[in-house]
Amino acid sequence: MLSNEDLQSQVEALFGADILHSEINFDILSIEVAADKIHSIIAQLQNDEMLRFEFLTLLGGVHYPEQVDREFAVVYHLHSWKHKIRVRLKAFLPLSNPSIDSITDLYPCANWMERETYDFYGITFANHPDLRRILNEDSMDYFPLRKEYALEDATREDKDDRFFGRF
Amino acid sequence: MSKEKEKVSNSAAEFYNSKETIDGDIATINFGPTHPATHGIFQNILKVDGEKIISSEQTVGYIHRAFEKLAERRPYNQITPITDRLNYCSSPINNLGWHMTVEKLIQAEIPKRVDYMRVIIMELARIADHLICDSVVGVDTGALTSFFYPFQEREKIYELYEEICGARLTTNIGRIGGFERDFTPVFHTKLKSFLKTFPKAFSEWDSMLARNRIFMDRTRGTGPISPERALAYGFTGPNLRAAGVDYDVRVMHPYSSYEDFDFIIPVGVNGDTYDRFMVRQEEIRQSIRIIEQAYGNLPEGNYKADVPDFYLPDKADVYNNMEALIYHFKIVMGEMEIPRGEIYHSVEGGNGELGYYLISDGGRTPYRLQFRRPCFIYYQAYPEMITGQTISDAVITLSSMNVIAGELDA
Repeated sequence: MLSNEDLQSQVEALFGADILHSEINFDILSIEVAADKIHSIIAQLQNDEMLRFEFLTLLGGVHYPEQVDREFAVVYHLHSWKHKIRVRLKAFLPLSNPSIDSITDLYPCANWMERETYDFYGITFANHPDLRRILNEDSMDYFPLRKEYALEDATREDKDDRFFGRF
Repeated sequence: MSKEKEKVSNSAAEFYNSKETIDGDIATINFGPTHPATHGIFQNILKVDGEKIISSEQTVGYIHRAFEKLAERRPYNQITPITDRLNYCSSPINNLGWHMTVEKLIQAEIPKRVDYMRVIIMELARIADHLICDSVVGVDTGALTSFFYPFQEREKIYELYEEICGARLTTNIGRIGGFERDFTPVFHTKLKSFLKTFPKAFSEWDSMLARNRIFMDRTRGTGPISPERALAYGFTGPNLRAAGVDYDVRVMHPYSSYEDFDFIIPVGVNGDTYDRFMVRQEEIRQSIRIIEQAYGNLPEGNYKADVPDFYLPDKADVYNNMEALIYHFKIVMGEMEIPRGEIYHSVEGGNGELGYYLISDGGRTPYRLQFRRPCFIYYQAYPEMITGQTISDAVITLSSMNVIAGELDA
């Protein structure tokens, strides 16, 4: 068993300045890295004899419209079964060019998760074998999980009841 | 050779080693989206040479309902009904997994009794889930009788759900912090009788398939996957264990006091349809063991945690007690004070690791909620598993993988 603190010091020793920020958030170590380093860092974490983060648990996007030039985050959860520990990696991308390297060559299961992230956030993954929409229809021309597409506000009062069959 | 055919052969060359073509022509077949053998809305565009599959391409998303977007608009307690509709064969696991995620965020201390009650319900749900999946494998191999038998038992499990929460399929079971009421006397009676009668009924059903020559011939070697490929494709749950990897969230990251129970994680060898079937059958037996242990040692105590900010108070208190009235109002209006934070929590769902990645910015709704939907991730391996197999093999491979359309498409 490896504790989060041990993992934090090991990862910091391994990558040094490539780690922009790291913190232990509840039961998981969260690391922020530069977007152009993500592929090499994940490859190292995967192949490191000691750490062996061989399982990709989850990959997804987050939209922070207020953060200038850091509007999008791609979040990776890796799992090391050897040490029974997970790690979270984050890379921030600007709205002007939301593009990051694909990790499908490292983890084939990233394929659909990256397609889903593209589908909902418009984040493109370089070197992805087949980057198309997956859950939404192909003709859709926007990225629905971005924050500018708000769902209807449950507390609004300006609804006209006549349109809802309530007179 | 026509141009179309040439194109297909080239793209499929690495998969398709056989030199002979059966009828000399490659056909395209739409297997799904509404096909009686897919048990859900899946489309597979198969390229077949006679009966043999050369390549296949999946289309998913037919019942996409934007759960992750909806979750960003809903207070935490209103997200539970969304989770029902992920893997609807085992909704209670999804519900309770979500409650545990929120409890982790608000750092609620959960009484032991709640943990044990949850374990009982989650294992019942696992049994119901596996019963459906395995009986469907039976149907697809032509054994319709083996489909009807387990439905009697599943019905009993659904009656148990009904006793707890009043619903059967989309259960919305429990609350953040525990349950809305303790197990009722009827529940105790029904659970005792279930524990008594189920193992016998189960073995009877199991004996129809498990060592049945026809069933074994039909399922062994069908849709196999190696442990390496299964890992690469993000397999979890019974499908991964059938390939021989003993990863189970209940053991690796115990939640809800799973560490208190003695049970075995069955693993397979070949990762084929038969192994997936057998792993599920054994898991049903182990689930019964867990339920017996949890029910036998059900601790005394409260059926809910002491988290008045998040747990809806009793109706009598709401009418008589100012504080309870305030909490009631705040919870119903979704004005609970949720701390900031980022959480990943996962539970062992019916078909794999069901995870919740939750970002809270302190608002009334999650800032972002992402579900780790196990079958969305492992269904990617399907084309690789059925290439070189026959169409009827593709059918039983799909049903033995326990791909649930609701979870796949979110």
